[in-house]
Amino acid sequence: MTRGSDGEKRSRPHQPHPPSRSNGPAMRIVVPLQGVVQGRGGLVLGSLLPCALFYFLQLYLKRHRSPKNDPSASASASASIIPRTLSRGQLSPRAQPPLSARAAALARPDDDDSLYYAGLRRCAADPYHPTRNPDGVIQLGLAENQLSLDLVQEWLVKNAKEALLGEDKEEGLNIRGLATYQPFDGSIDLKMVTNAVAGFMGQVMRGSVSFNPSQIVLTSGATPAIEILSFCLADTGNAFLVPSPYYPGWDRDIKWRSRVELVPVPCRSTDNFSFSIAALERAYTQAKKRGLKVRAVLISNPSNPVGNLVNKETLYGLLEFVTEKNIHLISDEIFAGSTHGKTKFVSVAEVLDAEALDKSRVHIIYGLSKDLSLPGFRVGVIYSYNENVLNAASKLARFSSVSAPTQRLLVSMLSDSMFISEYLETNRERLQRMYRLFVDALKQLGIECAGSSGGFYCWVDMSKFIQSYSEKGEQKLWDKLLTIAKVNVTPGSSCHCIEPGWFRLCFTTSTEKDIPVVIQRIRKVTESHRMSH
Amino acid sequence: MNCKQLLLSKKAACNAHGEDSSYFLGWQEYEKNPYHPITNPHGIIQMGLAENQLSFDLIESWLARNPDSTAFKSEGVSVFRELALFQDYHGLPAFKHAMAEFMEELRGNKVAFDPRKLVLTAGSTSANEILIFCLGEPGDAFLVPTPYYPGFDRDLKWRTGAEIIPIHCSSSNGFRITKPALEEAYHQAQQQKLRVKGVLVTNPSNPLGTTLAHRELETLIDFIVAKGIHLISDEIYSGTNFDSPGFISVAEAITERGEEVADRVHIVYSLSKDLGLPGFRVGAIHSQNEAVVSTATKMSSFGLISSQTQYFLSLLLSDKEFTANYIAENKKRLRERQKRLTEALRTIGISCLESNAGLFCWVDMRHLLKTKTPEGEMELWKRIVHDVGLNISPGSSCHCNEPGWFRVCFANMSEETLDISMERLKSFVLSGDGRGKIGRGPRRLIKWVRAISAFDRRSER
Repeated sequence: MTRGSDGEKRSRPHQPHPPSRSNGPAMRIVVPLQGVVQGRGGLVLGSLLPCALFYFLQLYLKRHRSPKNDPSASASASASIIPRTLSRGQLSPRAQPPLSARAAALARPDDDDSLYYAGLRRCAADPYHPTRNPDGVIQLGLAENQLSLDLVQEWLVKNAKEALLGEDKEEGLNIRGLATYQPFDGSIDLKMVTNAVAGFMGQVMRGSVSFNPSQIVLTSGATPAIEILSFCLADTGNAFLVPSPYYPGWDRDIKWRSRVELVPVPCRSTDNFSFSIAALERAYTQAKKRGLKVRAVLISNPSNPVGNLVNKETLYGLLEFVTEKNIHLISDEIFAGSTHGKTKFVSVAEVLDAEALDKSRVHIIYGLSKDLSLPGFRVGVIYSYNENVLNAASKLARFSSVSAPTQRLLVSMLSDSMFISEYLETNRERLQRMYRLFVDALKQLGIECAGSSGGFYCWVDMSKFIQSYSEKGEQKLWDKLLTIAKVNVTPGSSCHCIEPGWFRLCFTTSTEKDIPVVIQRIRKVTESHRMSH
Repeated sequence: MNCKQLLLSKKAACNAHGEDSSYFLGWQEYEKNPYHPITNPHGIIQMGLAENQLSFDLIESWLARNPDSTAFKSEGVSVFRELALFQDYHGLPAFKHAMAEFMEELRGNKVAFDPRKLVLTAGSTSANEILIFCLGEPGDAFLVPTPYYPGFDRDLKWRTGAEIIPIHCSSSNGFRITKPALEEAYHQAQQQKLRVKGVLVTNPSNPLGTTLAHRELETLIDFIVAKGIHLISDEIYSGTNFDSPGFISVAEAITERGEEVADRVHIVYSLSKDLGLPGFRVGAIHSQNEAVVSTATKMSSFGLISSQTQYFLSLLLSDKEFTANYIAENKKRLRERQKRLTEALRTIGISCLESNAGLFCWVDMRHLLKTKTPEGEMELWKRIVHDVGLNISPGSSCHCNEPGWFRVCFANMSEETLDISMERLKSFVLSGDGRGKIGRGPRRLIKWVRAISAFDRRSER
């Protein structure tokens, strides 16, 4: 609404407002015109007059429009994304050279970010420690595995120096081989690294599928991997269908620079948040109606944030669906090695292997951040069956390449298949144990978890503790948990969950001793809710 | 099973990756037949790779003195756990401090860099792209002086959708940037209805090997202020300034100007050239503009530097004795090597643009061209790659509009190899082959170029 209209609005409290920005004075011109427009003024008058009057109307409105509503030229292209309170450039006293719309959108203060990031920040500002800071915020919002780092550390203590500086039989000199230029999808001896990664992935999948090293593109983490795939598979404004709830990071990773839309396909607690092909079908049709071109379905398996696994039948159905629609399938399997339940994980690669299906539309995202607990080393994988995608992705990987010392370390570590096999098994046991302890402890508070077989988290139902069954109610509870209970959890709304009250609680950044503390903290909130209701 | 052809995105399907240019084609030829002193003495010598291999031994000896640097230990205590989990896009504080100080040291400590205004990226490739994402919309233009690094066509334009408008520089004044050239480029952009968002310069220059004169910097700064646009200064060769005149960073040039100028100026750096560590993937952006730093920091999520690498380098760069010695010794070796090349070329009657920095020379072979045209240059280049066995970079791949200039790298090989390459060139020039067979040349060239562009390739500066 323009500023100029306020006066008129107040003088006509019952005037129904037209959806456009036109105001009172405009209505006085438009309404009588309706008659003319409807043809009651004859063909010529009925067409010419309205056009002329409409033109003058626009002129009138332009002159009376408030200056604040005039968006800067650079912002107009993405007007729907940028909030009206533009960059600080408009507020600061000196003239700042303009930034791009992309930059302006993200240069705004961090408070506008999703709760997912807000919680991470608040926790980082006051982190819990059992002795040094016992009243600090306990981090349950970061899907990071700290349970098995000691195993990796042990391996490194024994092998790091050798791995990094050991004699390179070909080159002879140590740093030379390490430091010099490399193809951007790997290391100098590309085959060595991709062989090692392919072997590791095979071990993670427990031998059910073997991966071809030449179908691997390495990236500095899974974050650029998904962005690169987005650039390869879709154009600006196209869309991916994504079963929700989904990992909050995708909103930034995919929408931001590649400008691909994410269309959530809501899943429900009644199905334990599993997606159905029927729901995908509906979402596809709806997207089409909105004029969105869907280029791919993006799933995470094991799912983040729920932790459930996609079964074989659904994978088949999914492959049929994407084939029928002639779109791509991206399967983010970054938690594939972090399963803790009895259900066996089935990779989409396994299904493809078994059947004579069109593989060129399937792409897998993987990385070492979760299964090997090494997010800091920045190692991600695009595994694709499509040669064209591999070609394009390997060129794009130059913007996100893996550091050579890290590559070298990995070749050594991942080739130690005995260590890897022991690590994966022990890690699974520890995840299983921690998961069970956590779930049982939460049960004591009356908090139920969705069925889950993988990942570092529990997807819990706290809807009985929110006052109003809405996103706002959920946000209030999240805030209470953060400020009163001082635990950082991820609210379902950040994950685009349509049922309020679900939260993701990660259990891998705590020790067993921390669990009673967590429960006692959360009890403060659940008890106070019980008492007031 | 019949399937309809799966469409890729336009970006993936198009050629904007620029990797069909002759710059990269030469690489491919080299890879098919790489020179080796023993196993392949008649192979192609790589002189198209701007890499610094002259000072590895200095880093190696540091490693030998500091074995714990690779063992994730700090004073005997393991820092592995922290590093393994460290993925904060603000970067490892110790490393940022060390990096900022190193950058200051390279500039003779005449300027100060605030670590909080430093953004870490996986290489300067990523840094340049991020800056363009921050400063321009798809379709916006950036002015870049020619000749320029061929990779810019890919790094600055591909995903960002930005355009590059060349600022034509000519040999008549040593390829210096002039005000008329800037204005002309700006005008060109306007003619094409493109909105100019900034100027991007490389200082020291690739491929010229020269540093920007004070006068040029002033002209540039005046220009961007007048037009209300940004200036990106890619200073990744700042540590290779081996001769006078000294290197003047844009950071130094703006110290007398006000804050509003500082907001428009952004510096890109990397350890790939100065320390000879391209494989480490270490780049940085420094800017006084808080909005740029904030956005670039978030964008760096797509190209973070491995914490392992950050940690190692924080130790290396904090050793001030090492860095001072390295910088001085490295420059000395570069100077010697450059002299060796320019002297050898001089005896063959080939002159170079007088240079004081970089890992290459900008060589004048105009007198060897059969025709002073781009085709003539391509023909000479093909002959040099195939008949002489040297992969050098033709000026056209750097968008130089004067045919006959070539970039020849000197720091990525041993002295012996350099001598051999000069012997080969000598034979070629003195035997008169420079004006040799023609005729079928152009047609075969096109066929050859097409055939090669199907291959996968490596790509580097």
